Amino acid sequence: MSDSTKLDYLDLESKDKTFLDSTELVLNMGPQHPSTHGVLRVILKLDGEKVLGTECVIGYLHRGVEKIGENRTYAMFNPYVDRMDYVAAVSNGLGYCETVEKLLNVEAPPRAQHIRVIMTELCRIASHQVWLGTHALDIGALTPLFYAFRDREEILKIFEKYCGARLTTHAFRIGGCIYETYDGFEQDVKKYCTFFLPKLDEYEELLTTNRIWVTRTKNVGVLKPEDCIALGVTGPVLRASGVKWDLRKAQPYECYKDLDFEIPTGLNGDTYDRYLVRIAEMRQSVRILQQAVERIPSGPIMAKVPKVIKPPVGEVYHSIEAPKGELGYFIVSDGSTQPYRVRVRPPSFVNLQALGTMVRGMLVADVVAVIGTLDIVLGEVDR
Amino acid sequence: MPPKPEGPKLEPWESELITDLKRLYGSGIIEASRYLGQHYMVVDSSILPEILRRMRHDELFDYCVDITAVHYPKRDQQFDIIYVLYSFPHNQRIRVKTRIKDGEHVPSAFPIWPTADWLEREVFDMFGIVFDGHPGLKRILLPEGWHGHPLRKDYDILQQDKEWVQINLGIESGQ
Repeated sequence: MSDSTKLDYLDLESKDKTFLDSTELVLNMGPQHPSTHGVLRVILKLDGEKVLGTECVIGYLHRGVEKIGENRTYAMFNPYVDRMDYVAAVSNGLGYCETVEKLLNVEAPPRAQHIRVIMTELCRIASHQVWLGTHALDIGALTPLFYAFRDREEILKIFEKYCGARLTTHAFRIGGCIYETYDGFEQDVKKYCTFFLPKLDEYEELLTTNRIWVTRTKNVGVLKPEDCIALGVTGPVLRASGVKWDLRKAQPYECYKDLDFEIPTGLNGDTYDRYLVRIAEMRQSVRILQQAVERIPSGPIMAKVPKVIKPPVGEVYHSIEAPKGELGYFIVSDGSTQPYRVRVRPPSFVNLQALGTMVRGMLVADVVAVIGTLDIVLGEVDR
Repeated sequence: MPPKPEGPKLEPWESELITDLKRLYGSGIIEASRYLGQHYMVVDSSILPEILRRMRHDELFDYCVDITAVHYPKRDQQFDIIYVLYSFPHNQRIRVKTRIKDGEHVPSAFPIWPTADWLEREVFDMFGIVFDGHPGLKRILLPEGWHGHPLRKDYDILQQDKEWVQINLGIESGQ
């Protein structure tokens, strides 16, 4: 009998040689797993139910967005960025347009800035609603999914009326907005705000004091503030750990400096705090919406931008606070009509790195909760 | 015709930090500039780890936002490596750049900022730049057996690893 076949026969005589004694097990989760929000493969090293280590395998959705950017003109690349974080397409477009505007050294006119802020805040709420629904579904609560998607529909209707698309909106252009607001835009936004606040209470009634929810999320996937900073984690995940940092306040863009809102933070940096922070963020977004919609000034919606966009030679890094964290663009211009290099700094990609730190020592079921709480979109991780 | 408005200008970046660094490293600091209100410095690759460590510990740039590269095939030093750094205490963002030749290695920033792990893996994947001291430098977005580094300028947009596609996907071409 050769050595390799010997292993097939369990030596039942000696007890220490059975497979029951081996403590480590390597388990493959994904890429086709309902809780991975797309195609993410996580290799788990387990001791029973306990996670000893993880490795993420990504890239299944890689489309080479950065290479495409180098081979398209500045305006042509604009719709592509919507396809990265496809649940928050408006934010992606805003970040890209602002970066190119910075290269061109122009600024969008005030009216366009207000429209942009309203659209991005609506988009933030929509993105958080997708997170809430799917995250709760992963943990086993089915109802919030239906509630969240029902209410998100109202936002998508506003998007559709404004620019004709619901998800990949391509709402903004370099230099401002291309579409004037439709008749009744302001009323629709105001109506949405009054409609949405009671709905938010409904979500909270379902979850905030729900015993199963609290047990599944409290002290799960704890991230200390110093770990967050070392790992480069941004967005609600960073704020839930108690770091009061939001790019809308730290380095304001558009008209955020004139608007009054707060940065919600958490205390423990666990999954429950991240839930509370995102809920509070939606309330703040409503506050921003209510102010911005009252203040939309009249005037042009496009800055003076040449028909053919040819920024002067130079490079620029600019970032905005996307629903998931810091979304940065680094663009190098060589003076031609196409960018020499477009680099996207996606928040999901960097945040996903924290998964290993968060789940070490936790249970397998917690991995599902932590992937949900990180709020990743694989389209943005892989680009 | 009205005169063309003046474009943004490259200005020298003058600050205590730069004066200190120039005194310490002399010509190692190749350039320190300000463009459109954003500060960046170009440093020699030999002093890069020292500069990064100094930035992290003495100047409190505690958050490494991004690491990326740009390929200039016509230059002798073909690659620019760019570190975008942010300081929470100072609310300031700067960029540290270095230039290397094709095939030259760069020390990893992983011991300084753990976030550099995946960011450096992506630069390795897309440009083929090797980071010394990285805990697990392998491809991240492309499959492991892939040949070529797609963000290099000599890699055509339609180019792909045909052999890999044929073996693994069982089709003639992905195009």
